[in-house]
Amino acid sequence: MHLPKYKLEKRLPPPLWFQILTPVIAVVISLLISSIFLLAIKQDPLQAYLYMFRGAVGSKFAFLEMLVKATPLILTGVAVALAFTAKFWNIGAEGQLYAGAFAATWVGIMNLPLPAPLYILVVVLAGFAGGAIWALVPGYLKARYKVDDVVTTLLMNYIMIYIVGGILSGPWRNPKTMYPASVEIAQNADFPKLIAHSRVHFGLVLAVLAVIALYFIVRRTRLGFEIRATGTNAGAARFLGINTLKTIIYVAMISGGIAGIAGAGEVAGVQYHLIQSISPGYGYDGIVIAMLGRLNPAGVLLSAIYFAMIITGAQVMSRSLNVPPYIASVIQGVTLLVMLAMLLSFEYRIRRER
Amino acid sequence: MEQLVGMKGVRKSFLRTVANDGIDFSVGRSEVVSLLGENGAGKTTLMRILYGMYTLDDGEIRIGGKTVDIGSPKDSIALGIGMVHQHFTLVRTLTVLENVILGLPSPKGFRLDYASARTRIKEISAKYGLEIDTEAYIWQLSVGERQRVEILKALYRDVNVLILDEPTAVLTPQEAQGLFKTLRILRDEGKGVVFISHKLQEVMEISDRIVVLRNGKVSGQQMKSETTKEELARLMVGRDIVELPAELTGTPKEALLSVSSLGAENNQGIQALKGVSFSLHAGEILGVAGVAGNGQTELEQVLCGVRSATSGSVRYHGQELANASPKEIIDAGIGRIPEDRMEAGLVLDLPLMENLVIEFFDKAPFSRGILLNYRAIERAAEELMREYSIKAAGVHEATRTLSGGNLQKVILARVLSRNPEVIIASQPTRGLDVGAAEYIHNKLLEQRERGAGILLLSEDLNEVIALSDRIIALYEGRIMGIVPRSKFDLEEIGLMMAGSTTEDGNAPSEV
Amino acid sequence: MSDFLTVTFWVGFLAATIRLATPLILATLGETFAERSGVLNLGIEGTMMFGALAAFLTTYFTHSLWLGVLAAVVSGMVFGLLMAFLAVTLGLSQHVSGLGITILATGLAYYLYRAVIGSPTVPPHVDSFNTLPIPLLSKIPVVGPIFFDHFALTYIAFLLVPVAGYVIYRTTYGLSLRSVGENPEVADSVGISVHKIRYSALVIAGALMGLAGSFFTLAEFNLFLFDIVGGRGWVSIALVIFANWIPVRVLWGALLFGGVDAIGLRLQGTSIGIPFQIYLILPYLLTIIMLILIARNASYPSAMLKPYRRE
Repeated sequence: MHLPKYKLEKRLPPPLWFQILTPVIAVVISLLISSIFLLAIKQDPLQAYLYMFRGAVGSKFAFLEMLVKATPLILTGVAVALAFTAKFWNIGAEGQLYAGAFAATWVGIMNLPLPAPLYILVVVLAGFAGGAIWALVPGYLKARYKVDDVVTTLLMNYIMIYIVGGILSGPWRNPKTMYPASVEIAQNADFPKLIAHSRVHFGLVLAVLAVIALYFIVRRTRLGFEIRATGTNAGAARFLGINTLKTIIYVAMISGGIAGIAGAGEVAGVQYHLIQSISPGYGYDGIVIAMLGRLNPAGVLLSAIYFAMIITGAQVMSRSLNVPPYIASVIQGVTLLVMLAMLLSFEYRIRRER
Repeated sequence: MEQLVGMKGVRKSFLRTVANDGIDFSVGRSEVVSLLGENGAGKTTLMRILYGMYTLDDGEIRIGGKTVDIGSPKDSIALGIGMVHQHFTLVRTLTVLENVILGLPSPKGFRLDYASARTRIKEISAKYGLEIDTEAYIWQLSVGERQRVEILKALYRDVNVLILDEPTAVLTPQEAQGLFKTLRILRDEGKGVVFISHKLQEVMEISDRIVVLRNGKVSGQQMKSETTKEELARLMVGRDIVELPAELTGTPKEALLSVSSLGAENNQGIQALKGVSFSLHAGEILGVAGVAGNGQTELEQVLCGVRSATSGSVRYHGQELANASPKEIIDAGIGRIPEDRMEAGLVLDLPLMENLVIEFFDKAPFSRGILLNYRAIERAAEELMREYSIKAAGVHEATRTLSGGNLQKVILARVLSRNPEVIIASQPTRGLDVGAAEYIHNKLLEQRERGAGILLLSEDLNEVIALSDRIIALYEGRIMGIVPRSKFDLEEIGLMMAGSTTEDGNAPSEV
Repeated sequence: MSDFLTVTFWVGFLAATIRLATPLILATLGETFAERSGVLNLGIEGTMMFGALAAFLTTYFTHSLWLGVLAAVVSGMVFGLLMAFLAVTLGLSQHVSGLGITILATGLAYYLYRAVIGSPTVPPHVDSFNTLPIPLLSKIPVVGPIFFDHFALTYIAFLLVPVAGYVIYRTTYGLSLRSVGENPEVADSVGISVHKIRYSALVIAGALMGLAGSFFTLAEFNLFLFDIVGGRGWVSIALVIFANWIPVRVLWGALLFGGVDAIGLRLQGTSIGIPFQIYLILPYLLTIIMLILIARNASYPSAMLKPYRRE
């Protein structure tokens, strides 16, 4: 029997409506696939998703909590999106977040005699610096020695997380409680609340600024131009005079810095001190968010909010229904893979081989 | 003589080009047939059809007297036809032995049988003069040795006809002699050998019979004993097709770019440029004629800053540009139209307007500090689009959507927008239709009028002859001669491109 | 400090090294197959995690250890197939496909564990493997307990090293595998199915990764903990490079890291004043340093990371 063979054929970039519709379809398909796992434990998917939706945005309180969750996700999403645009595979946003949290705490517990706005600025800068430095190592290694960025950024995550662990159970261990957690940062360093009686904090402003910065850097600056050229065709970029080595190093630093700000935000805006579990994987979520958002600012913002909804929604739902909150990770993983597969349709179409 | 392979009326087209236009070709037992011709003459295409890599549009192939249908290399190998390509199909990190038996079923089932394979290879090796260490890794071997492995691969599979595509392109003279020894043994053993080449000297040395292709047709067939190099050169380039060049006005002025003793290696580590020296003057087009693989690509790459020179210098206004970075060369004011449009000349996934300014994006008015001035970029792009009649929906279009001719116009527009004094144009009309090619030619002539010095590297001899004030013939990385327009002689240039010097044995000196 | 000088210390340390190297050997051999065929499989961490979970749940309900091992292997093969579909058939970015699988597999593992086991105050145990002392040999003083008193899975891991070597270097499959990873065009030109080889390599890899996962829940520990794999999948990625994609060297690399792990364990107990995290960091730091040193000379399978499509 002669089976018809299908092959993938390159195509021209698709129209805008297609580009917007595709992530939406990906989301729907992912929810459908994930519902298999809900059915497997004899839960009604529709009911579960309804609870999730209500738990995420069903009430003012839920919505605000969702925004708190979205804050670090937007930041890591932006960080990863920027890096991926230059094809710097920054899987280390988690470690960079921890580095930023670490640096922010450091200046925070120094109790510097600074007025509030200034101290907050210092905390933010420290967060940025921490993340930037942590990303600089793998960035430099890739640019100069072509060492694989995926593995190095990944390994750096574990190193930083353990460093923080070591510091927290050692020199920074809270002497009063003997918990492996730092003392509280200076009050003047705390991020102010944006909305009274909620946990929504200044970090959200930084997150939105980061989204704008992503747009601005990539679309309006010289560096952004170099980033886009390097990311789409590094060989041609080099021929045409662009210093791809410098570009990758800058990208690594800025990307790491933004992830570091996410860490600073969690310390100064949510926890007020440094704990080991300052991030339940925001750095990794950022990767999924960046891919789902197709690396552009609006997409990243929407994806981050979508993910925040899934995470908070799943937590609330799991309290009412007998569904583990980890369904959120499952949905995330499925969404990423489905989105990836659908992105193919932007570059190729299926043709029957004659 | 028994005919092993007969091809009749073979026709093959790719998109708009006719590569083979009704070709008859045969290979007999115990003979070496050479397929001679320039780039694009159709030699490789014809043999790839025989080897099963392409399917013919029209025509017939007979093997051993029977008409056959060859759909893939597996078919042709089964029919006893083997081919040694220009780019070796060997896995670098495997040994000679492993490469030869790759893909073949093992006599011991799933276990590899190195011992019996080794014995057989040693037999073939000895018989045909193909000494090789079966345990050596391919990356350890010289190019000549790798070629021997390719031949062994074919002989191991019991071929009767062996096709070699430009085999001496990568060999030293000694290695070439070794190859010829092997080919003679093959012939004496009753095999048929097809030798594809553009090198007259060698063709005259090794062939029994020579078939010359030009523009997809057979322009002539001769027995080696009955012909001369000059006759073959004439058949290759065809006196009657190219009109005598019109007179070019103006006289060239001072030297702008001085290249002296330039040396460079290619990607395989072999010396691709050997002591190249010339100077490019203002107001002239200096054409570099040569068949692909003789150093044109490497010359372009060195002058454009993407390949390092192992020796020599490139001086421009007192600045040393050999081993300069692309940015330094751009900033020096040299315009570069690269051979590889899609992987060097343009970043296809960027919008058109960005590609129109990309080499200069850090200069005013396109940049102000760290910001890009998109309004200026847009304006400049729109103007260039108008001036060069670039067909696109708008300057925001993804560059990928443009046709080949328009892509080249984008590069041209960008390069010429800064009025460069020196322009390096490499294969500028390759793959373009007549209209687009003519446009590019006119633009280059315009620049020449303006006083720019243009280095035109092209494998299209007609183009080089039509446009150049002087022609350099490049062969195996060396300049065989530099000929002024007044002395253009097609036959002589063809000879130089194919490796010969002039009658008196001296290469014409620089004029 | 005199601890270090006793025979007991060294016997315990070396035995622990061999034991802790087990999952690394298995996972790294698996990844070696995958990468030799030209596919970087970043789904390794997730596959191991899910393997650990599958092994645990299966054993928990069937009370059969080997059934648990089988479940782990099968689940690994399923994820291997998924990776193959994404990276080979669809030709998606290998980096992101692998990461997606890790996120999915890990999330699925945690999800299923919670769904099936819930959150009891005391996490449930299984009757994990006992070590299998080899008769006679294990009685030899000093050498015996170090080499010959280990889990069955450990013996399997060590035996798989020469087996993998044989397959890769002495079979037609292995030859085809090596050519596909280096130069798929050439392999294709001699009639080898690039896609088939890559699929098979990824399934083998998945099986070994799942097997490695089962070691954690059925041998090293006897329950399922979150983050029980602890990033060892990523260490394997680096180990493959360290081993230059050669099975025998995988063994040395795994032992080296097993040793570092073992030191960490030993010294955690003692109060030397250095936070024990240093020992946790060591393997990763070592890996990065190794990557830097090797990067220049690493003989990456040349076709790795490039999807193969016939134009």
